[in-house]
Amino acid sequence: MAFELLKDRRSQVVRSQRNEVASVDCNKASVAGSVSQRACTFCGSRVVLYPIADALHLVHGPVGCAAYTWDIRGALSSGPELHRISCSTDLREKDVVFGGERQLETSLRQLISKYSPKAAFVYGTCVIGVIGDDVAAVCRRVEQDVGIPVIPVLAEGFCGTKRDGYNAATRALLTLIGRGDTSSIGKYSVNLMGDFNVAGESWIIKKYFEKVGIDVVSVLTGDGRVDDISRAHGAKLNVVQCAGSMTPLAQGMRERYGIPYIRVSFFGVEDTSDALYRTAKFFGSPTILSSTQALVTEELSRVLPELRSIRCKLQGKRAGLYVGGAFKAFSLVRALRQLGVSVVVAGTQTGNQEEYAELQAVCDENTIIVDDTNPLELAAFLVEKDVDVFIGGVKERPVAYKLGIGFCDHNHERKVALAGYAGAVAFAREIHATATSPIWSLMPRRSRPERARIGKATP
Amino acid sequence: MTTVNTAAVQEDSVVRPIHNPQATVNPCTLCAPLGAALATTGIQGAISLLHGAQGCATYIRRYLISHFREPVDVASSSFGESQTVFGGEDNLSRALDNIEQQYHPDIVTVATTCVAETVGEDVPMLLKRYNSRRNKALPVVYAATPSYKDGHVEGFHSMVHGIVQSLATNTGAPRRAVNVLPPLISPADLRHLREIVQGFGVKATLVPDYSDTLDGVILDEYRAMPEGGTPLDDISSMPQSLTTIDLTMTGKAPRASDVLARRGAQIHLLGLPVGIRATDAFVEHLTQMTGVARPQWLAQERGRLLDGYADGHKYVFGKRVGLYGDPEWVASLATFLFEIGARPVVCATGARNRALTKALEQLPPGSVDEVLDDTDFVRFEVACRRTNPELLIGNSKGYGIARNLGIPLLRLGFPIHDRIGAGRIQVLGYRGSTWLFDSIVNLLLERKQNASDVGYSYL
Ligand code: SF4
Ligand code: SF4
Repeated sequence: MAFELLKDRRSQVVRSQRNEVASVDCNKASVAGSVSQRACTFCGSRVVLYPIADALHLVHGPVGCAAYTWDIRGALSSGPELHRISCSTDLREKDVVFGGERQLETSLRQLISKYSPKAAFVYGTCVIGVIGDDVAAVCRRVEQDVGIPVIPVLAEGFCGTKRDGYNAATRALLTLIGRGDTSSIGKYSVNLMGDFNVAGESWIIKKYFEKVGIDVVSVLTGDGRVDDISRAHGAKLNVVQCAGSMTPLAQGMRERYGIPYIRVSFFGVEDTSDALYRTAKFFGSPTILSSTQALVTEELSRVLPELRSIRCKLQGKRAGLYVGGAFKAFSLVRALRQLGVSVVVAGTQTGNQEEYAELQAVCDENTIIVDDTNPLELAAFLVEKDVDVFIGGVKERPVAYKLGIGFCDHNHERKVALAGYAGAVAFAREIHATATSPIWSLMPRRSRPERARIGKATP
Repeated sequence: MTTVNTAAVQEDSVVRPIHNPQATVNPCTLCAPLGAALATTGIQGAISLLHGAQGCATYIRRYLISHFREPVDVASSSFGESQTVFGGEDNLSRALDNIEQQYHPDIVTVATTCVAETVGEDVPMLLKRYNSRRNKALPVVYAATPSYKDGHVEGFHSMVHGIVQSLATNTGAPRRAVNVLPPLISPADLRHLREIVQGFGVKATLVPDYSDTLDGVILDEYRAMPEGGTPLDDISSMPQSLTTIDLTMTGKAPRASDVLARRGAQIHLLGLPVGIRATDAFVEHLTQMTGVARPQWLAQERGRLLDGYADGHKYVFGKRVGLYGDPEWVASLATFLFEIGARPVVCATGARNRALTKALEQLPPGSVDEVLDDTDFVRFEVACRRTNPELLIGNSKGYGIARNLGIPLLRLGFPIHDRIGAGRIQVLGYRGSTWLFDSIVNLLLERKQNASDVGYSYL
């Protein structure tokens, strides 16, 4: 396929060099006509707040923006499941002409009385930004009457990028935090931030902390509860996993409540162990530290044999990845390296300058680093680098499959837990299953002798 | 009973009662530009551009990709804040330039998202100005698709109308061809309609025809534009075809066949060919218009369907079935159920037109207990609890209701996000209806078998 990068996109693609960091143009609106794989500001805010399961999430605008975000994520709840319904004010023409405030207020009251949520988030979409409904005023009015927090999330899709949506979510969360009673919170306590309990991942991580004697005050926002979040300011440390989306909140809480934060990741065994040790060290308690050591040793002895045997089968394979945030990309590069797989294409939707510099540093030389890519670019990169397995989200999946390339979903839509030690094994198994499936050797592109690298490994 | 000519019934808008604004919870519709983008995939060499903010296009792509499991590229003009204030002309031009450079399309379809409609973009004028600045005009087709008025059904019809309006202009020599205007049906069904028409020795022009583009084969290269779709030349000569079979219920959206009628074409409105009578009507019309006898294989398939009816009639007799989805589907399936002795007790659509209600009035009184129009899934579930269906037929979004009610769901229509092979489901014609009938019977048998204490393996 003859392929040429769009002129407007050239500054957003670099190749990592050994001693030099190239600047990646990023954090800007998608190029018109490029067919971006990234959604909008509203999407960013929705991603972060979505798992709060006892809150009402009302999308104010025409019906589509709500319809497309109905029960699409794998975020689990141990109790209420309000996050799994999709509420829309479903604006019609008369609302757009005369204003949607009345429709918003009526819908809000109706839904609150029907579902008795602990709080309500109201997302204003693009149309609201244009017609100028005073969403905040309606929220205030309803809040006074119904006695629960009613929080506007002002993240019209066109106002910035997905990353700006994270900031809008941060502002919303900060209005909740600080409302609750923290008197019972002990000194070994954390908030787990930036884990969304996809397929129960927060539960996996929480169990580790509980085992070593650390209380998790709240998870932001996996299996999230309004009451837990409102007392999050009582925790002594913020453990931040998805740093791209949660750093603004961690910073906000440091400023406001003096809570320090550390950036960690629970993807891959190395990063998981590292995250647990750093948290333990922060508290400086010998008991916690020794229980952490015991836990890590036990978990490793359980998973390493299988990881080693999978590594033998994957050694030398090449991976491409395109994920939401850069911090997940760092982790995946390390986790894949541990499986004998090298990353040759790495992209993100929301990375910033610093993060791309770090990404180049983590990656091997000559890795393609790309911001806010599109399907044609991806296809060209995958072919150029002769990738064996691609890690991304649903929108990238058919690009990989059409090229006879394995695929692993690492987005919030997945239903498989990939975090922690058990998750690292699940990840390895999935990469193994898709990268070495015998079906690829039948695909036209792979059945040519010079490209028949896939499908040769013993499953 | 006579054939219910479901598509022949149209009525204008039905709007939500203005003085009783309600929220929509779990929408039973998608938004209008999705339909427009989907219709575009069925035109050879066409690509779709949504004028407005980026998120809508990305969400719509994800939705389509998850259903068809194929690459679906939809561009956006990527509005930022300044475009909502000063207009999106520059972005529209840049998007068209970039699309041309990346995809080399034969034609670009432009549809609007809510934000572009709300700020009042005069897209036809902008497109004219764009082309007047170029040496060689870029062929473009436009449809207005504000989702505060319309859903995906109407968006689909509006784009087909736009395409026919601008491209079906040839009033030259008559051609031995039959036009078919299908609603949103599966690639496999499109293929089968084409096969039936071609069985009469004439050319089939389906608009749209995404049977290849959205159910593609694996090739050894990635194609920016998948192969297939209706050739532009064929669309151009549509007014000269022997007949146009219109299978749509457009509601308040403009109707493509009206355009063709004005250009001298013969129009015949029919319901989707599901079951014996509806397929007979389709086939008889073809015999009449082509002067060619029904091919033997169709007669055989008809016989086989009847044979299947005989084998399974007792299992479906009097069975209560709930239907939901696009109006064309619900109307045709209701007629089919009536034909086999089952009862479509509740019929629901999220589309905002009265076409369904009107169509169902053609069934004998008492056939249907409840009809819901412009509904959401919460209201549909309440109606199900009143009408007690034993089986649901519809898209995967109704799975939760089937689960709550403890009854089986036969997945049909759009979207199907929890199974593979949505594009390969075929229920039209005698052959497809046989599969549909068998599936209904087998689901009911399976349910009975699972519920039995004995667990017979011989039924
Ligand atoms: S703004 Fe309109 S076009 Fe965009 S997703 Fe929402 S409903 Fe659809
Ligand atoms: S209308 Fe705006 S908020 Fe809604 S999906 Fe489109 S870009 Fe996002």
